[in-house]
Amino acid sequence: MLLVTALGAVFIRDLFAVIMLFGIYSLVSAGFFLDLSAPDVALTEAAIGAGVAPLLMLATLALTREKTTPQPRAKRSIHTSLLPILVVTMTGAALVYATFDMPFIADPAGPAHNHVAPRYLQASGAEIGIPNVVTSVLASYRGFDTLGEVFVIFTAEIGVLSLLGFLADGSGRQYWQFEDTANLRRHNILHVVSKALIPVILIYAFYVQFHGDYSPGGGFQAGVLFAAGFILYAMIFGLQAAYRVVSPTALYWAMAIGVLLYGGTGVASLLLGGNYLDYNVLGSDAVHGQHNGILIVELGVGICVAAVMMSVFFKFSGRTAHFYDDRREVRK
Amino acid sequence: MTTVLGLYNYWIVIALMMIGFYVVIAASNLIKKIIGLNIFQTSVFILYISIGMREGGAAPILKEGVEVYANPLPHVLILTAIVVGVATTALGLSLIVRIKEAYGSIEEDDIAEKDGSL
Repeated sequence: MLLVTALGAVFIRDLFAVIMLFGIYSLVSAGFFLDLSAPDVALTEAAIGAGVAPLLMLATLALTREKTTPQPRAKRSIHTSLLPILVVTMTGAALVYATFDMPFIADPAGPAHNHVAPRYLQASGAEIGIPNVVTSVLASYRGFDTLGEVFVIFTAEIGVLSLLGFLADGSGRQYWQFEDTANLRRHNILHVVSKALIPVILIYAFYVQFHGDYSPGGGFQAGVLFAAGFILYAMIFGLQAAYRVVSPTALYWAMAIGVLLYGGTGVASLLLGGNYLDYNVLGSDAVHGQHNGILIVELGVGICVAAVMMSVFFKFSGRTAHFYDDRREVRK
Repeated sequence: MTTVLGLYNYWIVIALMMIGFYVVIAASNLIKKIIGLNIFQTSVFILYISIGMREGGAAPILKEGVEVYANPLPHVLILTAIVVGVATTALGLSLIVRIKEAYGSIEEDDIAEKDGSL
């Protein structure tokens, strides 16, 4: 399945179809992750890979719209068509050869299962006191890593903003659209269904956020889900309506506050006499401290991720509107 | 036979990785290149999660009576990597938008041509 969709992405020339296929590919791989007993990862991949990423690509496509022009066959020399295949085959063969030294899948004796992982699985119940080991590793044991990841996301967003300009620039027009879906706003069915769906999506995001200690979920997934719900709203009811609910300024603040909540938790634990991001000192006893710390840190992650995803999407779609405005003026 | 079954996931990963790699080096359209990169990236995710899987292992959420869990560490790494991946993809896409504005095209050949004529 995965291979078929991936191969489709290679051979199809219409970019729109390729992007749709990529969404399907991500959804299938999310199912695959679930099968490999990684529900947290599956949740993230489903929300990102099948939701946000294709949308961003579509928005880019709308900005740069054209088909991949099929290169005339004669023009393609052996150099351009055969060489990549040769390189790819050789690399692939070398990698396959290397797999013969790998431990078999699901082999309990594999090296990955015998270093820190058993420690996490056995001790986290007593030390952190929450059932979802993924959350405790993410937010507590490897809190520094995650702080780094949040900063990467934040920085990427700053990069996007500096490349495409500030959010408010493109908010003059109402609807995110390809030219041929301009009458999306008149679709009653879409309006009714989305009005029923969006609140549920948002509530589910909050559930994932705050129940992440006990079931699959956490700040990253919740942030993306929340953003996805909001993006749906912006797509159907227009960017202007979305901006009325969250202004660009609010998004900027939310991004910074998310990162600061995370970093600030570390500083707070420093002030209370612990190490940076050592949550043991944040409560009446160690386990309570861990609970509080993880809750706050995950909230920071959630706010930051949601704000970044929303503002990236708004930026791309705002620019789309802008772009078509310009073109129309030129036509007149 | 056991070899094939035991290494099957790795081979899928390699096949996907090579497809992504091929798209990145052979496609001339920049959006397609980004998609290739994403396919490559997903193959790495699958590699990690496959390594983290364990015979009869349940999802790593502690429950009474369950003894064997999948390895949580790769899950954590990949879950953050996915979100970081989309953020960097967004950065790449915004670069493409700017390239389109500067060159009027997102085809590599056209861009190279224009660069040559400057």
